Amino acid sequence: MLPAIQFEALAEDALLLRFGERIDIELNARVQAATACLRQRLPQLECVPAYASVLLRFDPQHWPGGDPHQQVQAAACAILDAPDPFVIASRELVIPVCYGGEHGPDLAEVSAHCRLDADAVIAHHTAADYRVAMLGFAPGFPYLLGLDPRLAVPRRPDPRQRVPAGSVAIGGSQTGIYPETLPGGWQLIGRTPMRLFDITANTPSLFTPGDRVRFEAIDEDQFRDLAATNPA
Amino acid sequence: MNVTVIKPGLLSSLQDAGRSGHAALGVGRAGAMDPPAWQLANALVGNVGSEAAIECTLTGPSLRFEQAAVIALTGAPITARVGERSVPMWTTFHLAAGSVLHLGGMVSGFRSYLAVRGGFDVPTLLGSRSSDLHARIGYDRGRALRAGDVLPVGTAAALPGFTAGYDVQQLDWSLDPQPWFDFAQRPLALLCGSHWSQLDAASQQLLFSGKFSLSKDSNRTASRLDGHMLQLRAPLELISEAALPGTVQLPPSGQPIALLAEAPVTGGYPRIGQIAMVDLPRLAQRRPGDTVCFRETTLDEALTRLAAHRQRLARLLGTIAQRLERT
Repeated sequence: MLPAIQFEALAEDALLLRFGERIDIELNARVQAATACLRQRLPQLECVPAYASVLLRFDPQHWPGGDPHQQVQAAACAILDAPDPFVIASRELVIPVCYGGEHGPDLAEVSAHCRLDADAVIAHHTAADYRVAMLGFAPGFPYLLGLDPRLAVPRRPDPRQRVPAGSVAIGGSQTGIYPETLPGGWQLIGRTPMRLFDITANTPSLFTPGDRVRFEAIDEDQFRDLAATNPA
Repeated sequence: MNVTVIKPGLLSSLQDAGRSGHAALGVGRAGAMDPPAWQLANALVGNVGSEAAIECTLTGPSLRFEQAAVIALTGAPITARVGERSVPMWTTFHLAAGSVLHLGGMVSGFRSYLAVRGGFDVPTLLGSRSSDLHARIGYDRGRALRAGDVLPVGTAAALPGFTAGYDVQQLDWSLDPQPWFDFAQRPLALLCGSHWSQLDAASQQLLFSGKFSLSKDSNRTASRLDGHMLQLRAPLELISEAALPGTVQLPPSGQPIALLAEAPVTGGYPRIGQIAMVDLPRLAQRRPGDTVCFRETTLDEALTRLAAHRQRLARLLGTIAQRLERT
């Protein structure tokens, strides 16, 4: 039997559903399935999935006749107790990455820390299947689950002021991609020419929570060619 | 119709009700830091939608109105003049074509709003014209206004009672800034957050009895609170969860941080409190160095105050619309 969901009223217009307290791929899969169900059945709520929780934001005025948090909680429980049998069709995205060199200035450091040669780091990073656990930090920034534990490295003691857009990075046991040029403290092992976030597009974010992701190594020339077709 | 920015002021940006519904993509709401003041400024010029207005911070911009315009100023008391004539706040004001509006400093408070009839008509991105200065979304990649910017204004029918030809015209009535602007700086109502119980006993007490002051590193993303360092009984290792405007976080440094309109959508610091929604605009009106203190509230009380506040605002918006029609 699955552990019970904990509910916490965060604000007048917000209720948090917590499924657990760990970063775990199975737990996050429950979060994504619950988010999909809740969105379909209670479209008036805004659902924000994270590693092990879903935030529900609502307008308390739209839940008249008593405690709005209790009503939202009851509605959510009714849905999650009798989930739709449908399986969420998660997409798989293959992200080309040029590892090392100027695009991955910390690859050598990661390789030294992990006692693996650079090719092995790349091989482990491209071999894994990742899941987008949530988007945060900046618009379109995917927090990916599934990093090979052998590649875990501490964050940099001196965060960079400017991490280039597209940088693929490792921070602790997590891996992610910087959608824009941003300050950041993760270790940069490579860079993708893909554009992750475009506010003017119909679907602004390349990733959505729940997506499956793989990385594919490309060389400098392929990076340049792809970058030319995906102007930022 | 265009408005040209001659001087930008300390930090002026275009804001509306914000970009809601996109937190799952990592996109926060942004929007006006003092939403009732923003909404009342729009109402006073007869805007009915979520039009963008200029949010000024501490000192306002100087603007040239290329054509005649109807404007309103609300929020923190700010000096404003056109030529020798001072422009009153909390009312509707007519500017002749070519007028230069000089907004100066604020007597108290931190943010004033300038609305124009028709609204500043910059492109809408994910349902909003707000500039998210932190995420760099909005007008010209989400930046503050600069000298030389030319801001388009949407078209709107003339407001009854305001006809071109006079130099300046204003209504013979204005709104009482109270309770929309808090001159008394009373304590802010705070809900105990999930990790409040993890604070040590002295810190639990200090949160509600201590006087904090707003740090100079405060911005539209967060207010840092100086004055007292708070401590947990034991360090907490948390995983990131959704974060909200109004959340008071406690990072390892012990300095509490209140998240504001441009809060990131996720966060991993302990949550020691949540500021009541009704009191968030009052925090937005505190300037660096101002005192901030908290009183404990309950979810019931916070919801009751929110409902009353919304009713009062809705009634006032209705009254303004009626009176503008009759003017």
